[in-house]
Amino acid sequence: MKQLLILSGKGGTGKTTIASAFIKLSKARAYADCDVDAPNLHLITKQNSLPKKKDYYGLPKAKIDTELCLECGQCMQNCRFEAISADGKYKVDPFACEGCGVCELVCPVGAVTLKPAVAGELLLYTDGEKVFSTAQLKMGSGTSGMLVTEVKKQIKSAAVDVEFAIIDGSPGIGCPVIASLSGVDMVLIVAEPSISGISDMERIINTAEKFGVKTAVCINKFDPNMQNTEKIENFCINQGISLMGRIPFDSDAVKAINNGQTIVDIDCTSGAAVKVVYSKTMELLFEEGGGLRS
Amino acid sequence: MKIAVLSGKGGTGKTLVSVNLAAVAKTSTYIDCDVEEPNGHLFFKPKDIVEEEISVKIPKVDGNLCRGCRRCVEFCKFNALAYIKDKLIVFKDVCHSCGGCILLCPEKALTEKEKLIGRVQKGTSEKVTVYTGILNPGEPSGIPIIKKLLDENEHERDKTVFIDCPPGSACIVMESIKDADYCILVAEPTLFGVHNLNMVYELVKLFNKPLGVVLNKCLDGENPSEKFCIEKGIQILGRIPFDNELGSLNSNAEIAVRKSEKYRTIFSSLLEDVKKEVHNETTSDS
Amino acid sequence: MKIAIPVDEKSLNSNVCVSFGRTPYFLIYDTDTQKSVFLDNSAAASTGGAGIKAAQMIADNKVNILLTPRLGENAADVLKSAEIEIFKTTTASAKDNIDAFIAGKLPLLNEIHAGFHGHGGK
Repeated sequence: MKQLLILSGKGGTGKTTIASAFIKLSKARAYADCDVDAPNLHLITKQNSLPKKKDYYGLPKAKIDTELCLECGQCMQNCRFEAISADGKYKVDPFACEGCGVCELVCPVGAVTLKPAVAGELLLYTDGEKVFSTAQLKMGSGTSGMLVTEVKKQIKSAAVDVEFAIIDGSPGIGCPVIASLSGVDMVLIVAEPSISGISDMERIINTAEKFGVKTAVCINKFDPNMQNTEKIENFCINQGISLMGRIPFDSDAVKAINNGQTIVDIDCTSGAAVKVVYSKTMELLFEEGGGLRS
Repeated sequence: MKIAVLSGKGGTGKTLVSVNLAAVAKTSTYIDCDVEEPNGHLFFKPKDIVEEEISVKIPKVDGNLCRGCRRCVEFCKFNALAYIKDKLIVFKDVCHSCGGCILLCPEKALTEKEKLIGRVQKGTSEKVTVYTGILNPGEPSGIPIIKKLLDENEHERDKTVFIDCPPGSACIVMESIKDADYCILVAEPTLFGVHNLNMVYELVKLFNKPLGVVLNKCLDGENPSEKFCIEKGIQILGRIPFDNELGSLNSNAEIAVRKSEKYRTIFSSLLEDVKKEVHNETTSDS
Repeated sequence: MKIAIPVDEKSLNSNVCVSFGRTPYFLIYDTDTQKSVFLDNSAAASTGGAGIKAAQMIADNKVNILLTPRLGENAADVLKSAEIEIFKTTTASAKDNIDAFIAGKLPLLNEIHAGFHGHGGK
């Protein structure tokens, strides 16, 4: 299965808007939303069936049995994550606990145990020909990289015969992004012509290069800042990164999204531009010898 | 007074709001906790930068003392240790610095050493003190950097502090808002925007923090985020219109309130409203 | 000589698993006795560092050769320290890969991908 990952570095550059347009244009039979912190793709790709849900367990969390606890304070002193407090009774802050097990180790009476903890929910929609894998991380859970891996696993095992999948990635350069990068054939970076957008784009290009994944860039909302658009294009040319095109700012795009439509469902300037970006991207993804796999 | 600015996803204008509020407040502190993508400094271009490196502690093994009992290997929940051919190997990028292996080694063969994960910069931009946390690419957790950023400002209660939080609702966001007196949620007028607004709204409620919403990029027509606020009875602190002037200032990393009278007025009045809200909340609490 | 392969099912005809660290089982094939053993991969459920733990298990089982489609940096470090040779699988079936290896037709695995920092590879 060829996998195209759409990333942005900075949030809000239009990653999901473009991913949903690509899904529509390619009539993709497999797609996934790896932005597990703030998934949005499901809002715009219409699902006709209920998803299959599965609890996702992250790292276990410590729990103190106050019946057994001697209140010696060993656990609190040794916890590196300031996760244990002693307001009267000793207790664990599940949001700060990283499940390392030090408290369990140092407790002289075995009052602390590590318990499995639900950190999120995996959702798999299979309606007719299409498979859509997504997830939602529970508030305050930190181990989203593993959940991203699970989202990708779901799509691979549910859509074995599909030759092409589109993956909406997460913002940033941290662990969820690294997890979403693994095993993909190509990354399309949606850049925005702002100083912050450029700074974030450079960071994400560096990360993708570390993984040896083929990388291309398109510029979204390019016209409010031509100068920066040219800056991005020159940067890409100098770095030998393929440019997939420009998409204009378009207030019709907001209207389409608010109606639950993709930008290629209506007749608008951004929709027309994204079609060009799409065909260039597909050409690069499926070119001979393409898909340098890490 | 500590004010945290947050949003369910990136790109909604979190940095725009926190930077401009800090700039219009004149004497204030701005802390960029978005350590993966710190962008506030691009706007403030702070001077007189003092930099501090941030490191965490990871284990170091003394091969002469280690007798290969492998208790540390079995203990480590993160699988950061391996024992191969009579040698203990430490994988520093997997280590969570919990210190467990050092505590349990019966031969005292493990000690701690520092590993650099990023840095904190402090500088000034006019009368704003600017703190920036920067996480090195590939590091698993920015929380130690955020802790450092917030600890530095622990005692500056009399100053107005603006915390630019990371996007989303992960534990790193919780760390950023823990000590805040008030939270400003920035929302976009789209279907995506309202979904993400709801997520951070739930998060802030969990921490029992008083909050208000700033609606950004407002266009004519329907605003799903505004509708959401009205339905939930959430205070709307202000509306920032979408316009080319602001878009262009912002995309060139200029601080709007320092360049345009129009935006100085908008953000001054927003700041006054926020201050009033914080005052109400703190008096009604006590 | 012992050969290890990550496999999806407990069968000699099983497909090779695409993930080394998170494979459900390892097939250990002994070329001298021509016997196969299947190990449950206890690393599969780890939140992080699965490759390291799986590599430790392979090394503890006195394996000489690993056949795998992909491998992370950390796991490779463990295996190299244990002086285990790593070859790249070229077909889907575990058995076909063993035959190809014995016939000297498998290439060494050269591309080691960057670590996933303990947050799950593939």
